[in-house]
Amino acid sequence: MKSFVELYEALDRTTKTNAKISALVGYFREAEPTDAAWAVYFLTGQRLKRLVGTRELREWTGEFSGLPAWLVEDSYEHVGDLAETMALLAPEPETGRHPEPVDLPPLHQMVEQHIRPLGKMTDEQRRAAVFEQWRLLPGTARFLYNKMITGALRVGVSKRLVTRSLAELAGIDPGLAAHRLMGDWQPTAENFRRLLAAEGEGGHDHATPYPFFLASPLEIEPESLGPAADWRAEWKWDGIRAQLIRRAGQTILWSRGEERLDGRFPEIEEAAANLPDGTVIDGEIMAWRDDEKNSSKDDRPLPFSVLQTRIGRKKPGKKTLDAAPVVLLAFDLLELEGRDLRNRNLRQRLKMLSGVIDSTGAAIRASEPVPFERWDALPALRASSRERGVEGLMLKRADSSYQVGRKRGDWWKWKVDPYTFDGVLLYAQPGHGRRSGLFTDYTFAVHSGNDLVPVAKAYSGLKQAEIDELDRWIRSNTRERFGPVRSVEPLHVFELAFEGIARSGRHKSGIALRFPRIHRWRRDLGVADADRLADLERLLGVDQEGAVGNRNSKNGPNQEEHEEHEGKTDAEHGS
Amino acid sequence: MKSTELLRPDAGGLYCAAGKFWIDPLKPVARAIITHAHADHARSGSKGYHTAVENLPVLAARIGAGAPHHGHEWGRPFELGNTRVTMYPAGHIFGSSWVRIESDDATWGVSGDFKRAPDPTCAPFEPAPVDVWLTECTFGLPVYRWPTPGRVIDEVHQWWLDCRRANRPAVLFCYALGKAQRILAELAGRTDELVWMHGAMRPLVDAYREAGIGMLPTRMVSEADKGEKFGGQLILAPPSAAGSTWMRRFPKHSSGFVSGWMRIRGNRRRRGYDRGFVMSDHADWPALVDTVADMHASRVITIHGNGDALAGYLQSRGLAAESWNLRATLSERSDTSAAGRA
Repeated sequence: MKSFVELYEALDRTTKTNAKISALVGYFREAEPTDAAWAVYFLTGQRLKRLVGTRELREWTGEFSGLPAWLVEDSYEHVGDLAETMALLAPEPETGRHPEPVDLPPLHQMVEQHIRPLGKMTDEQRRAAVFEQWRLLPGTARFLYNKMITGALRVGVSKRLVTRSLAELAGIDPGLAAHRLMGDWQPTAENFRRLLAAEGEGGHDHATPYPFFLASPLEIEPESLGPAADWRAEWKWDGIRAQLIRRAGQTILWSRGEERLDGRFPEIEEAAANLPDGTVIDGEIMAWRDDEKNSSKDDRPLPFSVLQTRIGRKKPGKKTLDAAPVVLLAFDLLELEGRDLRNRNLRQRLKMLSGVIDSTGAAIRASEPVPFERWDALPALRASSRERGVEGLMLKRADSSYQVGRKRGDWWKWKVDPYTFDGVLLYAQPGHGRRSGLFTDYTFAVHSGNDLVPVAKAYSGLKQAEIDELDRWIRSNTRERFGPVRSVEPLHVFELAFEGIARSGRHKSGIALRFPRIHRWRRDLGVADADRLADLERLLGVDQEGAVGNRNSKNGPNQEEHEEHEGKTDAEHGS
Repeated sequence: MKSTELLRPDAGGLYCAAGKFWIDPLKPVARAIITHAHADHARSGSKGYHTAVENLPVLAARIGAGAPHHGHEWGRPFELGNTRVTMYPAGHIFGSSWVRIESDDATWGVSGDFKRAPDPTCAPFEPAPVDVWLTECTFGLPVYRWPTPGRVIDEVHQWWLDCRRANRPAVLFCYALGKAQRILAELAGRTDELVWMHGAMRPLVDAYREAGIGMLPTRMVSEADKGEKFGGQLILAPPSAAGSTWMRRFPKHSSGFVSGWMRIRGNRRRRGYDRGFVMSDHADWPALVDTVADMHASRVITIHGNGDALAGYLQSRGLAAESWNLRATLSERSDTSAAGRA
């Protein structure tokens, strides 16, 4: 673990990408594969099942350091990271000016013998085991141990950086390294060696997905992309980006966040049963109802909130399946008959895709192109996105290959402008990580009668200077404290953007906003100028999500809905 | 607050009615006792100043000598009104003191800013018994525990050597009064090389040199040759220089910040420094708690900083403790940006 601690310190001691890569390459070159495999595992953001709860960790920290619980809480609020708080609070093992190097076990041994077994222990055994490590481990090692037993190890290193480092060390294409790391990568020495194997060697598990090609937001007029004939337009679906693999007689469904979705969408798996072995489809899982009784055949997607009722269900029952039917809208073919098609151009891939889709059931269908001949036809189509229940348009270069990650140039997403409203800052609480100790998590309200009702929480969108200014203002204008949350005088107005709105029985306002974020500080507006709840409610009629709120209330509220709804992360999200 | 208190918050500092003086007032007053020369303790405009003899040159460098400055020997009492006042070394920066005030009713001590860790640039904190201890509380949470200064200086020195090997400038941010000189003095035990500094540090470094404190030789960055790239050189700069155009003189530099705030990872990452070196001129949590015992105080009042946690902790250990907000005595729009000083 010693060299892993040194690697962490090297990564933590620089803000420069090249220095981080050189530290990673150096580590991976020297480390034992058994240890390096675990380093890859943690640094790429994979996590062990949480072995120690945060409440336990707080209690134990108080016990170990001899500090009262409230002081541990105050400290945690100040530091913003529990693992770090613990490492800072508890007295360290005695070290003099020139400490003897502590004998740390190798990383794999630490994980396999001292961390994983925590899961099988009684509470009392676990406490004793954790205390023993706390007594043994010095500063950084203790911090890393705390991180590992509580879940993820976020150290300012992206998966992409790890991939680049491995590719550099192995002398292979970074895309191949990314591919080898896809899916449910297991931290064994053998797998680590396979990561570094030369091109054409190593091989993949049959369940391994390809790295997703991600679109970039279009920030220029589409005209500047060149001749319209070179481009293909599609709707940007508001669902879950997914990769469907049919290999070795098995169907495997991956989300863009590299989670296996097997079993969650049985209708898609059923439709895939006739696909020939060695087929991989890229597409979007959407809630979709074919209204066969209605002769007009109103082929509209159902809103994301309907799909949301499916995401958490590992084995959906008949009722759920009937209420929220899904389809996979296929928009790319990555593999056919076991051959990697990613270097073919999009036209060829789509031609093959249409042949493949003929052999599937109805729950897998093609995402039809949006026909257009001239660029000036697109703005009107894009403007119709909301009534169609889509997020906007995708623009793809017709002769583009299928690339790795977010490469600019060939795939663009041109989303419809978000909704906006002006809200009043009402509550604030401290953020975490980089924002620890600063009041950065805000709650905003709108007028309702004579009251202000909270309608949105937002964390992002302000510049650092604005955050600092607001933080100082919040500290000196706090009205009341509720734990870490402070209420402030309603004075500052902010313009907030959001993507959708739904009725909600769980929120006092009666509505839930999707992905709210701060657009700008409206210093020119007073509290009286902020929007009214009625202004937002009016959108319920326009936005599709409104209809869903009603539907859900008939089926009984899904307790998880809104939390998950707001929590739809970029990782799950399409495009 | 009881009506018989010897001191009360006023003018951004503390007022003693029995002695007719203020301690560290932020607004002009008739008679001020100044613990040390940092801007959140020493302001110009008062009619007369009392401070430790050692603090006179630094104070003059900071606020000018327009009004009479009375210097007092540490440990030698002097009379002000109906009180006896004694200055003691506080160990915070060169010339810094804490103030002990005796009246017929009680003896109070005002810490100013202080630390207990060794520092080659100033006399160590000297405790003396008081009934009531008014303690600074800049780092008033138990997460703030300082490593041994010698180890931190080793880290700074190693970082400088690493930068030298990579031929990169090593830009070290630190406060211009106190921290900069402490680093120059501590590094003098490791090397004898020249250190570059920002022009804002010049008068204070000069004042320390004149007081006979041994430090590494320094030159101002403005005196460097036009083509100087500062590869492998150490440059001291005040935190306000970070992100300024002045920094363009140091291409490919590595940056560090020496401050107690660097104990928290998020503080360092937020400011974008490559390295954080945990060394402070303030007392850490254990020192704050231990000093209460060393002063034999039966009552503690926290001033300067977030004192609620320390007051609560001392209460839980059976002491009378409370938190005073000195800033609240200033205008309505109170300045809360003092959290920066460390």
